[in-house]
Amino acid sequence: MRNNEQLQIIVRFLALLFAQFLIFNRMDFMGFINPMVYLLFLYWFPIKERPAALLLWSFGLGLLIDLFSDTMAIHTAAILTAAFFRPAIMRFCFGVNYEFQSFKLSQTTKAQKITYLGLLIVVHHIVFFALEAFGWSHFFSISKKVLATALATLVICLLLISLLGRDKS
Amino acid sequence: MQQIINFLLRNKNSLLYAFLFFIALVFTINSRTFHQSKFFNSANWVSGNLYTFSSNISGYFGLKEDNLELVAENERLRRLLFNREMTDTVTLDSSLNRYDVVSGRVIKNSFSGPRNYITINKGSNDGLTQDMGVISPNGILGIVENTSANFATVQSILNTKSNINAKLKGTDYFGSLTWNTQDYNTVQLVDIPRLAPIAVGDTIVTGSMSNIFPEHIPIGTITAFELTASESFYEIEVRLFNDMGNLRQVYIIKDRLKSEIEELQSKTENAQ
Repeated sequence: MRNNEQLQIIVRFLALLFAQFLIFNRMDFMGFINPMVYLLFLYWFPIKERPAALLLWSFGLGLLIDLFSDTMAIHTAAILTAAFFRPAIMRFCFGVNYEFQSFKLSQTTKAQKITYLGLLIVVHHIVFFALEAFGWSHFFSISKKVLATALATLVICLLLISLLGRDKS
Repeated sequence: MQQIINFLLRNKNSLLYAFLFFIALVFTINSRTFHQSKFFNSANWVSGNLYTFSSNISGYFGLKEDNLELVAENERLRRLLFNREMTDTVTLDSSLNRYDVVSGRVIKNSFSGPRNYITINKGSNDGLTQDMGVISPNGILGIVENTSANFATVQSILNTKSNINAKLKGTDYFGSLTWNTQDYNTVQLVDIPRLAPIAVGDTIVTGSMSNIFPEHIPIGTITAFELTASESFYEIEVRLFNDMGNLRQVYIIKDRLKSEIEELQSKTENAQ
């Protein structure tokens, strides 16, 4: 059971990595919108795993994506921050009961899931584009990029979730 | 002591996060050393081959456009060749030529961020070294930043670190080509003196001050210009001849005399 879960994490890790740099990094919709679907790794990561494991996995995923897209380490910093805030975001969306053993993501309402995913995306994108611009001097261009890309990421991620997610009750 | 250990245990996730985030920040801020390390760029063996694989597949979809572009380039070159004044002596020894050209293919391109790099399928095995110029059939692309055995990353002109010597075609007024990250088909030419006769539609070509590109390689045309606050220099918007979002075939320029020029320049600087 436990091995199975680890294997699942590895498969997701590789699939999202390849999908990101082979497909989504090349979309360049309207010249600058590249949805960052690898955030689904955080969304799907088992809740029972230790938070430290999540941080280390995210670090690895971010670093590999940075390596493939020549972006220094900004993907790494952004996904780390989102991973760090994931427990807080979950508590905000699902209340305290998400820490119980019986809690399942599939049992939550659609609105809760979307808020959870949306907050992950927003945290990630703010860090990402602020680091990319090296500061807040281009505040408007950063906000424009955050909003547009976050919307695209959210839509694509929701499509992927409904396509690939296992809704076992 | 007990309290310190307790504190560390209680906050171990925050500390781990802070530590990893710090590493990421160091990589980002020391981007130059980070990027120039042999491994941490997309010219490494693994990503190079993966990108080659994917570009081999996607390459088929653009074959027709590529052919048309290459035919157009051949046409242009033949026109130059046929209209050239015949000299009475022709150098046959190609080792006397100053510039050598190697063709390559783009396997990864990016243009949406502020610091873009292009990866090409030629590397140090083909004689590429850092700071060689890279052009496409239509104009300049960037400068080789990093090489592995079979791949190289190219610092695109769409990179805030890029700074290339350029001038107005037909004059010797030169300035620096930079990019303000706003539009991927427009770059900025700065430091052109106020005296220069410029007009919208004029062509910008590479200048003679750089050891990287030969002179007179086309870059783009002027779409707008204005004087800077000090009113002594122009800041010019240049629309690129290249479509930076759609690149495939590139040429890498090797300058045989580059090391000689650089040696001479450093000698002169050191002597002062």
